[in-house]
Amino acid sequence: MRKKNIQSVVLSNNKEIQYRVVPFRKRLWMQRQLMLMSVPMLLYILLFNYFPVWGWITAFMNYNPAKPLFSNEWVGIENFVWLFSKPEFIRAIRNTFAMAAINLVFGFVFPIALALFLNEIRSRKFKRSVQTVTYLPHFLSWVIVVGIAQTILASDGAVNRLLLSLGIIHDPIFFLGEGKYFWWLVGGINLWKECGWNSIIYLAAMAAIDPALYEAADMDGAGRFKKMFHITLPGIKSTFVVLLVMNIGYLMEAGFEIQYLMGQNIVMDWSQTVDIFALKYGITKGQYSRAIAAGIFKSVVSIVLMLSANYTAKRLNEDTLL
Amino acid sequence: MNGSILHKHASHLRRRSVFPIINGIAMILLVFITMYPVLNTIAISFNDGTDAVRGGIGLWPRQFSMKSYETIFADEIIYNAFFITIARTTIQTVLNVVLTSMLAYALSRREYVLRKLITTMFVLTMYVNAGLIPNYLLIQRTLGLGKSFWVYIVPTMLSCFNMIITRTYILSLPDALVESARIDGAGDIYLFWKVIFPLCMPVLATVALFVAVGAWNSWFDTHLYNASKVHLHTLQYLLKLKLATTTNQANAILTSVDAASSTTNTTPITIRAAITVISAAPIVVIYPFLQRYFVVGLNVGSVKG
Repeated sequence: MRKKNIQSVVLSNNKEIQYRVVPFRKRLWMQRQLMLMSVPMLLYILLFNYFPVWGWITAFMNYNPAKPLFSNEWVGIENFVWLFSKPEFIRAIRNTFAMAAINLVFGFVFPIALALFLNEIRSRKFKRSVQTVTYLPHFLSWVIVVGIAQTILASDGAVNRLLLSLGIIHDPIFFLGEGKYFWWLVGGINLWKECGWNSIIYLAAMAAIDPALYEAADMDGAGRFKKMFHITLPGIKSTFVVLLVMNIGYLMEAGFEIQYLMGQNIVMDWSQTVDIFALKYGITKGQYSRAIAAGIFKSVVSIVLMLSANYTAKRLNEDTLL
Repeated sequence: MNGSILHKHASHLRRRSVFPIINGIAMILLVFITMYPVLNTIAISFNDGTDAVRGGIGLWPRQFSMKSYETIFADEIIYNAFFITIARTTIQTVLNVVLTSMLAYALSRREYVLRKLITTMFVLTMYVNAGLIPNYLLIQRTLGLGKSFWVYIVPTMLSCFNMIITRTYILSLPDALVESARIDGAGDIYLFWKVIFPLCMPVLATVALFVAVGAWNSWFDTHLYNASKVHLHTLQYLLKLKLATTTNQANAILTSVDAASSTTNTTPITIRAAITVISAAPIVVIYPFLQRYFVVGLNVGSVKG
């Protein structure tokens, strides 16, 4: 007769090994200290990250938070129909995508260029100083950055003075008061804040390139730019592809704080993103169901983008492995 | 033959030698573009308020004045905001570091039966985002955290990203550390606290830096939950309020027919600059000393990230 909890496995050389399986409940008890260190955190994220998803059902109701949840009237997809019949919401989607796309392109081109330039600096001290300065804005809050931006973009601010003195314009431009500039201002300010920081990962990738490649290229008489195009850029290609694919998953994330802080009413048609739309209708106007419907739309599009990005990343990885 | 190679090499050096100069100039220009707006704001904050309205201040105040700082520090609210900001930053950082590392330790133990389940639940939080309004309803209505200091602490105790970089770091430590301590009869909590936690200091310094900067810089939770509670306002929120008032004034100037008549109301420009400087100063001052930590931390994250 077999003893309790003893299992056996037959090895390839036909020997049989027996081992004891500790019952699941006993293992749980043995690991009670590990559970103490992790189960409360699991409950924490269940409450703060998963439980709010339950609130999505109110998008299909005419929700009034004062009433018990299920005594609210069900309205089907009426809130979504309302959203998509509203030009303001369509504009918010357009603005979100536009600003996210500008950030995506700027966020690749400039940090890679900066990393290439930094990589060519021979003096370590100079390189470090440039890095220290360019990383700094990443640590400033959006409130501070918008405060600074309002100062230098004012009609008598530094940017207007520069453009006037160069003769590019004849009258000061009201950068923050005209919608057509807004997307590009957000792109430019984001670039100012994050360019240095985003170059770190490319610098790390460049540091990992085998120096022997450069030495060999030197022997063959390759110039600086030849080496850049044929060694450095191919060397960071895999980092670039992975980041590109991942960032496509964030095409619904245009940022929130900068648009919220910098978008005045006069430029609202260009500055309002889906998040700000949801905030306005949800919290200011108390139309929770409609705001949640807008949030659901954004989340669903984001998840679809992310899953397809991950799928593509996996495919690409397999290709490079083969 | 040898000579021709040398010659070729030498001509290369000569041909390439302008590039470092162009590169250096480009980098100096970049440093200038990065620093100019910051220095300009500092200069304006030290300038006389009425004079600042004329615009045209560059890197140095035209009419030096400490008036804006005096005005700000004469108001009690700034001290209170400083206290609230420091308190929330400290508590949030300590809680995050302890809870994140504890969880990261538990999830680094390969024999832990719930390891897979809990790890998956945490990683999925990067995809699951209920959105702004459901979170607001949870915190404000279900939990009733609004209008209290705890709204700064409770919803921000853990971050999945920080947990993953810490766990990666713990997994890189030798297993023998844990095994030998366990043979000596140490329990997991003792083991974590006495062995693993002290060893995690490099990565936890990075986590602490990220959390502290985020806490110091946050204003939206004040705006959403504590706007009506003046004694719970944070530094960044005070600045945000100032931004809003100066923006409205700028609009008024824009739309008014006679722009010159509104120039009496102008100290807000220098006050805004001064609050910007005050709320950014701690980060700018501490930042150079912390630089090595975030670079180390990012590298740890990228090893297995």
